[in-house]
Amino acid sequence: MPQKTVIEAIREGMDEEMARDPSVFLIGEDVGQRGGVFLASDGLYKKYGEYRVIDSPLAESCIVGVAIGAAINGMRPIAEIQFADFIAPAMNQIIEEAARFCYRTAGDFNLPMVIRAPWGGGVHGALYHSQSIEATFAHIPGLKVVAPGTPADAKGLLKAAVRDPDPVLFLEHKRTYRLVKGEVPDGDGVVPIGKADVKREGKDLSLIAYGLMLTYCLEVAEKLAADGISAEVLDLRTIKPIDQAAIVATAKKTGKVLVVHEDTRFAGIAAEVMAIIMEHAFDALDAPLMRLTGPDVPAMPFNHVLEEAFMPNVDRILAKAKELAAY
Amino acid sequence: MATKTQEVEAKGGQSRHRSLGLSDDQALRIYEVMRLARAIDERMWLINRQGRAPFVISCQGQEGAQVGTAAALRPGHDWVAPYYRDAGVILWFGMTAKDQMLSFFARREDPNSGGRQMPGHFGSRRLHIVTGGSPVATQLLHAAGVALASKQRQEDAVTAAYFGEGGASQGDCHEAMNFAGIHKLGVIFVCENNGYAISVPQSRQMAIQNLADRAAGYGFPGVVVDGNDVLACYEVAGQAVERARRGEGPTLIEAKTYRFTAHSSDDDDKRYRQAEEVAIWRQKDPIQRYAKYLRESTTLTDPVEKEITERVDQQVDEATEYAEQAPDPTPDDLMTFVYKQGTVS
Repeated sequence: MPQKTVIEAIREGMDEEMARDPSVFLIGEDVGQRGGVFLASDGLYKKYGEYRVIDSPLAESCIVGVAIGAAINGMRPIAEIQFADFIAPAMNQIIEEAARFCYRTAGDFNLPMVIRAPWGGGVHGALYHSQSIEATFAHIPGLKVVAPGTPADAKGLLKAAVRDPDPVLFLEHKRTYRLVKGEVPDGDGVVPIGKADVKREGKDLSLIAYGLMLTYCLEVAEKLAADGISAEVLDLRTIKPIDQAAIVATAKKTGKVLVVHEDTRFAGIAAEVMAIIMEHAFDALDAPLMRLTGPDVPAMPFNHVLEEAFMPNVDRILAKAKELAAY
Repeated sequence: MATKTQEVEAKGGQSRHRSLGLSDDQALRIYEVMRLARAIDERMWLINRQGRAPFVISCQGQEGAQVGTAAALRPGHDWVAPYYRDAGVILWFGMTAKDQMLSFFARREDPNSGGRQMPGHFGSRRLHIVTGGSPVATQLLHAAGVALASKQRQEDAVTAAYFGEGGASQGDCHEAMNFAGIHKLGVIFVCENNGYAISVPQSRQMAIQNLADRAAGYGFPGVVVDGNDVLACYEVAGQAVERARRGEGPTLIEAKTYRFTAHSSDDDDKRYRQAEEVAIWRQKDPIQRYAKYLRESTTLTDPVEKEITERVDQQVDEATEYAEQAPDPTPDDLMTFVYKQGTVS
């Protein structure tokens, strides 16, 4: 199987879905001639034309609101928010409209649409090009939230999102775009929404993560193995609906769990994962549940010292994992 | 491109509807839907004041702007994105008195929402009525998106988006008109300017007299029309629809009108407007005005009026009786349709 980057996998996923289904189209800022600021849609404008790859005005509510309207009328839009940090102007359309359409019409309407947003830090993006938004949106019933960490999952989950009957927020960690390479199966390779994936088997403790933190946790597991500690790495892949069975299974298997995310701590995804384990695997635990997260500050500063102080990294995860292993 | 705001004056004398291409039957059909919208609304207030239902939000006074513009569209082919007062629009597009009353009593069978939304939150995929929520002006972007899909598939369906002059202050209103203007989408934006957003008068909503002036800034025509003159509304909407179907882009129609009731059953309009002002506007009631015209043009006779009244009363009576006795949702219904496929995951 060919090795690809995350950004190549996403581009290929969009291309293949647009080729397969004429109702699929892309709308967002700079997605046309420019091919997107990260080149996620490079070449698609030329291939599919200005009404399948639409350069939107610089207005996020417009991007999402128009996508909703198109989805009402038989299309399957992919709405790109240039940076997850800029999604706030579209929150009314996402939360009050897209997420509520099916419920508020008792199933008469549904919105097959994807909102893609590059998220996460570690790229000197400062306060407004580094944010994590998954917990904010995972709290909203009616939305699905996906956060792949590998090229194969990015492509496979994007295809699942495009084919899904409900609105899916598709989060692409921008640090992984060119950093993370991996094998991507030829053909469809659809990865179902709502299924976590054990990326590494282990028996002594479990590391639960997603996005860029998955890559870091896999590195940590390798280092732990050198110390004779066997770590299992569970990749959530989908934040909502969360794969409760997979979380409970790994907790019961190892009895020790560390949840890692770079999103801020309070009411974050780790809190939800820990609550699930407390409700369903309490008797299996051999240590207190632990989490390593970004701190509760508004966002990641520009200065490199401050950025590094914000981001969980391999050293910090390793130290926390050793603390858990020794408990 | 004509971008100057036009003020359309009523003209045509005793055969106006015929000169607009409406047969006598069509002219009477418009009248009957206006009457039905009014009668349903009046019945809702009665029931609300008797304590049998918690909430009403009214179309009263705006039926001319609603039915007049909707009548220029093709139900089932074209789309509407109404706002919460648009009973006249959705009745023209195929909703019934029974549907309205099922929504009013929030019954399980309510086709808009299964009893989940307050009255006035219309929606039907089958009837091409875009579902609405309570935040205002969001539907204008949805209308632009519906029209974009029509353009992508090279279909000639037109989408009409309705809103109040209060909703026009929202950013989504600007974003929708801007996008529709850029892509020359087949949208007609219909502002039912009733002078108040709950209590706030137009003068505190915008610095201009005519909202339609803004259309020039988006590169398409803006038209001011007497919203209480149903035939004038039909005429300008017809021109806008033709323009849209030809692929020439949107039109902004500002229908100057007035709401006869308080904002809702929970509002007291005496706190912000004079009874005298309401009385003056009641003299311009679009239904009475249209009835007068139809009588003068001998389209409406006493026997026809009697038939219409009987049909309207019967529909409202039967709808009320049916809906009041219809079953509520069950507690299990709380958990369904969070997502398209089945229950909460």
